Amino acid sequence: MERLEYIAQRLLKGVLVLIGIVVLNFLLIRLAPGDPAAVMAGEAGAADELFLQQLRQQFGLDRPLWEQLWAYLSNILSFDFGFSYRQQRPVIDLLAERLPPTLLLTGTAFVLSLAAGVTLGVMAARRAGRWSDSAITVVALFFYATPLFWVGLMGVFLFSVTLGWLPAFGMASVGVTLTGFDHVADLARHLLMPALTLALFHMAVYARMTRASMLEVRDQDFVRTARAKGVGEGRILRRHVLRNAILPVVTIAGMKAGYLLGGSIVVETVFAWPGIGRLAYEAVLQRDYNVLLGVFLVTSAVVIAVNLATDVVYSLVDPRIELGA
Amino acid sequence: MTEFWRRYRRNKGAVAGLVVLALILLVAALGPLAWPGSPWDMAGVPFQPPFSAEHPLGTDTLGRDVATGIVHGARVSLLIGFVATLAALGVGVVVGAVAGYFGGRVDDVAMRLTEFFQTIPSFVFAVVLVAIFTPGIGSIVAAIATVSWPAVARLVRGEFLTLRTREFVQASVVLGRSARHIIFVEILPNAISPIIVSGSLMVATAILVESSLSFLGLGDPNMMSWGYMIGASRSVVRLAWWCSFFPGLAILLTVLALNLVGEGLSDALNPRLSREGR
Repeated sequence: MERLEYIAQRLLKGVLVLIGIVVLNFLLIRLAPGDPAAVMAGEAGAADELFLQQLRQQFGLDRPLWEQLWAYLSNILSFDFGFSYRQQRPVIDLLAERLPPTLLLTGTAFVLSLAAGVTLGVMAARRAGRWSDSAITVVALFFYATPLFWVGLMGVFLFSVTLGWLPAFGMASVGVTLTGFDHVADLARHLLMPALTLALFHMAVYARMTRASMLEVRDQDFVRTARAKGVGEGRILRRHVLRNAILPVVTIAGMKAGYLLGGSIVVETVFAWPGIGRLAYEAVLQRDYNVLLGVFLVTSAVVIAVNLATDVVYSLVDPRIELGA
Repeated sequence: MTEFWRRYRRNKGAVAGLVVLALILLVAALGPLAWPGSPWDMAGVPFQPPFSAEHPLGTDTLGRDVATGIVHGARVSLLIGFVATLAALGVGVVVGAVAGYFGGRVDDVAMRLTEFFQTIPSFVFAVVLVAIFTPGIGSIVAAIATVSWPAVARLVRGEFLTLRTREFVQASVVLGRSARHIIFVEILPNAISPIIVSGSLMVATAILVESSLSFLGLGDPNMMSWGYMIGASRSVVRLAWWCSFFPGLAILLTVLALNLVGEGLSDALNPRLSREGR
């Protein structure tokens, strides 16, 4: 019962934050230099007086501010995210079409970065102070400082242009129709490089965190007790140290989901991956603000959902967590 | 100071980072004197490979000299990195200090606001801000500061929560000092170490964000920057890898150096948290 209450509370908080972001969007349109109707229409649509009139009507731009906010909120809440004049389609359709590829990309990158990061962190902690620890630490430092788009471009140059191992762009091979396993294999080949690029930075973060966390847990009393009881080192590492050390890392990883979505803008731009990150880049180029704000809202919603899921899972995994706090 | 330097010096990576950072600052300060031409001018035939005497790092699609671009771009990256960090520190310190010192309702409101800004996907938000308020140095600095102050606010709040219960603070309260005096003159100097450490790491992050924004075409159109150089030669990476390789290397080295310096500062200023002996 207490747990259900906790989940309901977190859900309510998530909805409030989402409404806050819609209000923020509204304020951004009002604060942007120029006529708000022209801002919403984007540069291409701003030349069309009829379209502008329509927008002023729809969003009540000639009425008081709070009425405008209400009109904007009710439009968004009924999933009307406006119209992309440039693409001649409703924004919601564009978002629905582009979200799945991004979720595939960021989801793969999330799993890759966490798995590789934790493995490297454990390896470094086990050999703390020796050369393999230093090597992992140095590699993590480099990845931590590398701009994603640059790694992606250099990857394209090395693996696609020079070696010809992997496709340089897109999500599927052009000009061939593949089905079944061939289709999945083709998708995986296209996915590998963008997902790795996106994963590198976070892999470095998780490797460093896991190492630090392992070293901290290693010195605690319950580990010493286990060792005194004669439990084998391998079992101590798996059952006692790793289990406790990994929890904060996984929690932080869930909280950092937003960074992966942010990174997907540059990674999808480099690899022409047809997701919402690429959509955001196109919207920036075309000054298509309706689309851009739609991407902002959808990515925020995904982040809120992932944070919520992390909280719930965390409360299930770690009984020590104070519910309702 | 000597004690500080002795502890800093023990971290070899931090010393290397400091040397590299000093070199980059030197290039940013003096480089444009050695490469006086405008980085936007055509300096030679397009697509000249690097390592020639005339164009040590080659030329790009429009025949612009890559080395000149990097030297001029250093100014923009460092400038934006430092100014955005200062702005974020300013906002974060004030919000965190007020929340931590007054507590109660004020703290609640400040922390809800901080949480809200921490939930928003920060890079997407930065892209939206710069795009809507038209790209320029000002909007880029404002956007980076807007997405990075919450971390500072939380840090400073935590410091204030513990410091405000200390005797020297209570003494000031009894003496009838104003809240402003206590916050900025009594407590803040005691919380400065973690602020400096996180500030140095924030400059690195700010430079990464700035380069990503310029890569996407959201840089200041009048300033040559490393991210812009990579973005502009993105489509010709097959023909001319050097146009994007060298600016990226410059970003990597600068960010790496700043991170190393940050770790060194952390070791030197918080000896108890130092990773020595682990």
